[in-house]
Amino acid sequence: MRYVKEAGIIFGMSAAGEILNQLLPFPVPAGVYGLFLLLIALMTGIVKLEWLEATGNWLLDAMPIMFVPACVGIMESFSELRAVLVPFVVTVLVSTVLVFGVTGRVAQWIIRRKGGRQE
Amino acid sequence: MREALASSAYFGVVLSVAAYSFGLWMKKKTGLAVCNPLLVAVIIIVPVLLATHITYDEYMKGAESISYLLTPATVCLAIPLYKQLALLKKNKAAVFCGIAAGVAANALTIFVLCLLFRMEHVHYVTLLPKSITTAIGMGVSEEAGGIVTLTVVSIIITGVSGVIMSEGLFKLFKLEEPIAKGLALGNGAHAIGTAKALELGEVEGAMSSLAIAVAGLMTVIVVPFIANLI
Repeated sequence: MRYVKEAGIIFGMSAAGEILNQLLPFPVPAGVYGLFLLLIALMTGIVKLEWLEATGNWLLDAMPIMFVPACVGIMESFSELRAVLVPFVVTVLVSTVLVFGVTGRVAQWIIRRKGGRQE
Repeated sequence: MREALASSAYFGVVLSVAAYSFGLWMKKKTGLAVCNPLLVAVIIIVPVLLATHITYDEYMKGAESISYLLTPATVCLAIPLYKQLALLKKNKAAVFCGIAAGVAANALTIFVLCLLFRMEHVHYVTLLPKSITTAIGMGVSEEAGGIVTLTVVSIIITGVSGVIMSEGLFKLFKLEEPIAKGLALGNGAHAIGTAKALELGEVEGAMSSLAIAVAGLMTVIVVPFIANLI
C-alpha cells in the first residue's frame, strides 16, 4: 500500500493544481501550481518528504520518456513548419545557445563574486 | 493487423517505451550527444506510424497515458527544490539574476533574428515563448496571436537541441558551478532540460526546476510588452 498512498498524495496535489488552473486567470499550468503547493506543504510540515519520496523519485526518473508523445506530435505540424523551416530552426538554435550561455554566465559570475568576498 | 494495432490501448505506450529504451541503449553504446534518446525515439516512431498507416491520434490513445504522468512528475520537481532550499536562499541573487538575464536574452535574440530573416509578426510571437515549458508557452502564444502548434514545435526543438548541446555549451561558456549549470538547462531547455539536469545531480535538478517556473512567469509578464515590436 505504501506506493498507493504516495501516489495518492502526488495525484492529490496534481488535482489541486488543476483546480487552481481552472479557477485563477493566470496562464500557469496545473503542474506548476501543484509544484508550489507541494513545496509549501513540505516547508510547513503538512506533508513529510518520506510520505511521497519513493514514488516521487520514480516519476522524476521516468520524466524524460513523458516527452516522447509530444515530440512525435511534430509530425502533425510538419506541413506548417515546412514553409518557415530554415529561419525558424536557425532562430531557435541560436537563441537557445545564447539563453543557455547568458543564464549560466550571469549566475556563475554572481556566485563566484560572492564566494570571493567570503574568502 | 493495422486495425488491431490502431485500436490497442497499449500499442502507443509500448512503442514509445521501446523506442526510448533503444535510444538509451544507443546513447550508452555510442556516447554521442546527438544520439539523444528523445530524438532517437521520434526518429523511430514517426516512420513506424507512417509505414503502418497508424495516425497520430490512434498512437496517442495509448501514448496519452505517458503524457498523463507529466503533471504529477512536474509536481514532484518540488522534491529536489525542497531539499536544496537552503542553497537556493543563499544564492537567491545569482538565481534570480541568471533567470532574468536568460529571459531577456531569449526575447532579444528572437527579436533580432526575426528582423534579420524578415519574419512576420505572427512568426515572431509564435517564437517568443520557445524557451518556456509547453503548458505556459501555449497560453502565451495564443494570447499574443501566434500559431500555437508551431510554438509547441519550437519549444520541443529548443528542449531537445538544448539537451544535445548542453555538454558542449558547458565547456564553451566555462560553466562549472552546479547552480549555473542547472539554471542554464532549465532556462535554455525548460522541462526537457530539467530531466537532463536531474541526471547531473540534485542541485542542478533543483535549480532547473525553479528556472522553469520563474522563467515561465517572467515570460508571461514580458511578452505582452514586446509582442508588437514586429
